[in-house]
Amino acid sequence: MASGALAKPQMRGLLAKRLRFHIVGAFIVAVGVACAYKFGVAEQRKKAYADFYRNYDSMKDFEEMRRAGIFQSTK
Amino acid sequence: MLATRALSLIGKRAISTSVCVRAHGSVVKSEDYALPAYVDRRDYPLPDVAHVKHLSASQKALKEKEKADWGSLSRDEKWKTVVGVAMFFIGFTGLILIWEKLYVYGPIPHTFDEEWVAMQTKRMLDMKSNPIQGFSAKWDYDKNEWKK
Repeated sequence: MASGALAKPQMRGLLAKRLRFHIVGAFIVAVGVACAYKFGVAEQRKKAYADFYRNYDSMKDFEEMRRAGIFQSTK
Repeated sequence: MLATRALSLIGKRAISTSVCVRAHGSVVKSEDYALPAYVDRRDYPLPDVAHVKHLSASQKALKEKEKADWGSLSRDEKWKTVVGVAMFFIGFTGLILIWEKLYVYGPIPHTFDEEWVAMQTKRMLDMKSNPIQGFSAKWDYDKNEWKK
């Protein structure tokens, strides 16, 4: 046919190759998403709560709310 | 075998042009079982049968053109008109919705007035709703304004 011979194409192990590629990829994506969530959402939230409650004075908070007049049980 | 018997039960009205093959037999001699079959079922409304079996000359020419690069087809043969018509009708629907808002729907509740919403927001801030990551977290209580 052609004067320059083409390389012999991959004949075997096509499914195995595809599976390996996709399994590795899926694993990386899954771990990546989990890490992103842990860092971006979970740890951020924990930090926000810790910062809020570090110097939180609940009585002061209550007095502010009471003075603002939102309670029905007390003025 | 079963297909042809089932089809003859359906009757001639339900059969499309290409399936006249089976009912009439005189049009085309051999039944091409390699091609998708016609089914007359409510849960399969658009069977995969080619709409017209015997193409006219211009249609055949079009099919030949289709085999080449589609960029070379003229504008008419592309689907842009379909998109255009679809967008026209979507726009028309927009007009219908405007009319509906003006003439059909009653007034919205008074709790949507700007004054009311302002009072509502103030009360939410006074109550310190969601002070950590949510609503009140975005308000600066010292400067009495929204955080930048």
